Amino acid sequence: MSQSHEHTLHFRPADGFRERAGEVVANPFLRQSFRGAMDFLMQKRAAQFPNPEELESLRSLGEQIRQYNLAKLPTLLEQLEANLTRNGIQVHWAETPEEANAIILGICHKHSAKLMVKGKSMVSEEIELNHAAEAAGIEALESDMGEYIVQLAHEKPSHIIMPAIHKTKEQIAKLFAENIPGVAYTDNVDALIQIGRQVLREKFEAADIGLSGVNFAVAETGTLCLVENEGNGRMCTTAPPVHIAITGIEKIVEKLEHVPPLYSLLTRSATGQNISTYFNMISGPRKPGEKDGPQEVHLVLLDNGRSQAYADEQLRKTLQCIRCGACMNHCPVYARIGGHAYGTTYPGPIGKIISPHLLGLEATAGLTTASSLCGACGEVCPVKIPIPELLIRLREESFSEPQANPVMRGQGAGHSPLISAIWRAWATVYASPALYRGVSWLGSRLRWLVPRRQGGWTRVRTPLQPAPKRLRDLLQDRN
Amino acid sequence: MTTPASPATAPRPRDVYFFATCVVDQFFPHAGLDAITLLEREGIRVHFPEEQTCCGQPAYTSGFADEARKVAAHQLALFPEDWPVVVPSGSCAGMIKHHYPTLFAADPVRKAAAERLSARVYELTQFLTEVLDFKPQDCGSNCTVVLHTSCSARREMGVHLTGKQLLAGLKNVHIAQQDHESECCGFGGTFAVKQPEISSAMVEDKVKSLKATGAERVVSADCGCLMNILGHAAWKDQQEGRKTPSLPGEHIASFLLRRTGGKAAGQENGQ
Amino acid sequence: MNARDRILSKLRAAAPSTVPAAPLVGDWFASHRPAEDAAAKVQRFRHFIELAHAEVHSVNRGNWVQKLWEVLAAKELRRLLLAPETEHGARAFEALTELGVECTAYHQPIEQGKAVMFRHIPASLTGARAAIAETGTLILWPDVHEPRLMSLVPPVHIVLLDANKIYNTFFEAISSEGWGNTQTHALPTNALLVSGPSKTADIQQTLAYGAHGPKELVVLLLEESAQ
Repeated sequence: MSQSHEHTLHFRPADGFRERAGEVVANPFLRQSFRGAMDFLMQKRAAQFPNPEELESLRSLGEQIRQYNLAKLPTLLEQLEANLTRNGIQVHWAETPEEANAIILGICHKHSAKLMVKGKSMVSEEIELNHAAEAAGIEALESDMGEYIVQLAHEKPSHIIMPAIHKTKEQIAKLFAENIPGVAYTDNVDALIQIGRQVLREKFEAADIGLSGVNFAVAETGTLCLVENEGNGRMCTTAPPVHIAITGIEKIVEKLEHVPPLYSLLTRSATGQNISTYFNMISGPRKPGEKDGPQEVHLVLLDNGRSQAYADEQLRKTLQCIRCGACMNHCPVYARIGGHAYGTTYPGPIGKIISPHLLGLEATAGLTTASSLCGACGEVCPVKIPIPELLIRLREESFSEPQANPVMRGQGAGHSPLISAIWRAWATVYASPALYRGVSWLGSRLRWLVPRRQGGWTRVRTPLQPAPKRLRDLLQDRN
Repeated sequence: MTTPASPATAPRPRDVYFFATCVVDQFFPHAGLDAITLLEREGIRVHFPEEQTCCGQPAYTSGFADEARKVAAHQLALFPEDWPVVVPSGSCAGMIKHHYPTLFAADPVRKAAAERLSARVYELTQFLTEVLDFKPQDCGSNCTVVLHTSCSARREMGVHLTGKQLLAGLKNVHIAQQDHESECCGFGGTFAVKQPEISSAMVEDKVKSLKATGAERVVSADCGCLMNILGHAAWKDQQEGRKTPSLPGEHIASFLLRRTGGKAAGQENGQ
Repeated sequence: MNARDRILSKLRAAAPSTVPAAPLVGDWFASHRPAEDAAAKVQRFRHFIELAHAEVHSVNRGNWVQKLWEVLAAKELRRLLLAPETEHGARAFEALTELGVECTAYHQPIEQGKAVMFRHIPASLTGARAAIAETGTLILWPDVHEPRLMSLVPPVHIVLLDANKIYNTFFEAISSEGWGNTQTHALPTNALLVSGPSKTADIQQTLAYGAHGPKELVVLLLEESAQ
C-alpha cells in the first residue's frame, strides 16, 4: 500500500477508506480467502468454549480483572516501575510515538547497534519503529513468521494476530524465491517455514538488540509476560545482549494471579488454542553467575492517546482490550475487506474504537461509520468491551458541533451543518405526531415520486417505496 | 439478556400496546396488521397509540443522541397503562428495552419512566412464545422456509430461538438451515447508505446463503432486514431478467397467520 | 515535568474515585476447575501435550536414562547439551558418555559459545520444575545450571518431569507456590511455560512445527509405577 511509507501523523486512514474497501469487495478471490480464514478462526474459537456458562463467567471475570486494574492504573504503574527497577529492568516513559522511538534508538546508539531483531509487537507498529530505525541506519528485522513475510513484501500486518493472513502460500513462495538469496520456489508450507527459520536463526545469533511487546505487565512482581507460539519472542528476549520491551500503559495487572484467566481468554479467543506454546515471564536481566539472557532489559511505557481514553468513564473501556483479535475474526465487515483497507495499525472493530485516541478523530471519524452495529464483536470480546456502544459514542463525538473543551482530539471533525440540520428536522417531525402523520401520509400518496436512484441503497437494491396505505390507515379501514 | 417470563405462572394479559415501528407503519403495514390480527385471535385487546412515530434508533445509532432523545421522549408518554408493549421488530424493541434507560440517564424522571417501559417491552415472537405460549396449528401444505433473525433480536434481545420455535410448531413447514446464519445481513440503518460497498457485499452474501438452502421463502421478525434482503433479491431478479421473485419473503407474523388459517392482509412482499 | 509525570498526573486526575471489588480469581477456579487425583492429572497433562505434538514416554527412576538413550538413538542424535551439576544431568552424563554420546555442558557465558549453541548442538536435556494438567504445560525455571537457551535453541528438547509435580492449573501453580509473593518466593529472571514444540500457522493457517524454537519436544515422565 502506498500509504505505508507516510508518517502516522500525516496519514488520515479515513481518507480513501471507502475506495480501499470497495476494491477488496470487488475482488472475489480476496473475498473468498478472507471468508475462509475467518470461518476457520471462528470455528477454532467455538471449539474452545463448548460450555456457554463457563464462557460467560470467564468473560465476566476477565472484564472484572481489567476494570479493577484500570481503576488502579496510576498506582499500579508506579508499583510496576518500582518493582521492575528493583529487578534491574530500566523503565522509560513516552507520551508520543516520537518520544518512544527516540528512547529506543537512544539505547541502540549507546550500544552501537546495527541489527535489531523484533518479536511481534503491535505497539512497535503503532510508533512505526521500523521506519525510524531504518532512518537511523539500524536494521530492524521482524522475526515472527507472519511479520517477516509482511516486512519482506514491504507491507503492513493485516491482522493483529495473523499478520500475513491476506497472503496465500503461493504468494509467499514467490516472495521468498525472489527475495532470499539461494532459495528456490516451493509452496510447501513446512519447507517455507524452514527457510524462514534458517534466515532468522543467523539473525538471532548476530543481533545487538532484541525488541518485543508485552502481553501483561505484573505490578506486584515486576514481571513482563509474553505470549507466543514460534519461539522468536523468546529468542528476541534472550539471545541478544540487550532486550527492549515496549507496551501501552494499559496492559498492567496488579497481581500475578490475574494473569491465568486473561491468558486463557487470550489464546482461546484469538486462535482457538487452549494455550500458546510459550509463556515467557521476564523478571530481570541476566544475574551474576547466569550464562545467558540479556545484560540489559528496558521497558518503554507508551501513552499515545491512551490517557485520553482513560479520562472518560465510557471510553476507558476501550483500554480493557487484551489484543486477541476475536472481534476482527467475527466481524462481517473485516471479513469482507480485510485489515489493510482500514489504514490503521489496529484494524477491525477494536481498531475502530482505539485508533481515534491514537490518531485523533480528524483522521479516523469515517471509520466509525463502517459498522452495521451487528454486535458480533461485543458478543465474543473476552473482556466484554461494549464495542458497538463505543462506536455510537465515537460517532456522536465526531458528528457533533465542535466544542470548547472536547473529551477527544478531533471532536466535531465529522460535523456537517447540513447533516445535523437534516437530523434536527427529522427529530422535529418524529417528535410531533401531527407532523409525522402529515409527512407519512404525503409519503404514501406521493410514493410514485420516489427517485429510482437512492444513493448507496440502490447500488444493489430496488428503490425504497412507501406502501400505498400506512398501518394506521389499514387499521382505520378495518374499523 | 431478558429473563423469559414463565408461561405457566405469568398471568395472560388481556390488553397489550402495539408499537408498530416507523418501518412497519410506512413500508410493511400488512406485517403490522397481521401481527395485530394474530394477537387479537388469541383473545387479546390490542391498543395502537395513534401518536406513535419511531423509537429514535436511526438517530441514536448515527451518533445524534439529542435528536434520538427528543423522539424517544415522545414515545415514553404513549403507554400509560401497565400493559405489555409488543413490537414486531427485535431492533426497535432492543432500542426501547436497552437504550432508552441509557439515553435518559441524566434525566431522573424520564429515566425512571424508561426503566418501567423497558421492563414490559417484548419482541413479537418472544411475546407469542414466552407470554402467550402460542402453539400454532398448521393448516398449510408442505413448504420449506428459511428464517433470518436480526442481530438485535439475537444479541440485544436474546430472542434468537423464539422465531425458530414458532416455525418448528408448524407441522408441515420445514426450516432450512443457511450457512453463516448468525451473520448480519448488512442493513445497519444508515450503514447501508454510508458504506454502500461493504453493505452491498454483505447483503449479496446473505441472499446467496438464503437462496442456497432452496427454501421457498425467507421469513424474518425484522422489517429492516427484510427491506434489505428482499430489496437485493428483487434487484438481482431485475438484473437477471426474472419476472417472478427468486426469494420471496415476508414478516413472520404474516406467515404464521396464513399457515394457521388466518387471512393475511396483503401479498407477501416481493418488493 | 517529564513524560512520566505528565502521564501519571493525567491518569491520576482521571482515575475513578472508587475501585471496584478485587476480582475473586480463586473462586472461579475453585468452581470451574475441580482438583483431580494424581492419575487423572497425569492423563490430562499427557493428553494435551501430546495433542500439541510433544512426544511423551512414561519412565521410572530406574530406567529413564535407558529411555533417554533410546530416544537419542532413534533420532540419531549423537550429541546432547546437559547440566552435569544437576542430579539428572550427572546421571545422564555418566551413562551416555559410556554409550558414545557426546555430552556437552553449558559452562561458559553464551557470548563465548553462541556459534556452537546455534549451529552444533542438536539436542538438550533439562529438568522441569513442575507441570500443568489443564493445558499440558511444562513449567521451566531456567537457572545457573540450566540456562534459558537450553530449552530454546537446540532442535530437540528433552525434559525430565516428575509426575508428582503436576498441578491442576496455572493458577494453582502460582498460588500454591506463592509466586506472587516477592518476599518469600522471588521469580527467576525468566520463568517459562512450554506447551509443545515451537510452531506457527502464519502461512495460510497451516500448522507447521519447528518455527524458531525446538522442532521436537520430548517429555520423560517419571512415574513410580511405570515399568
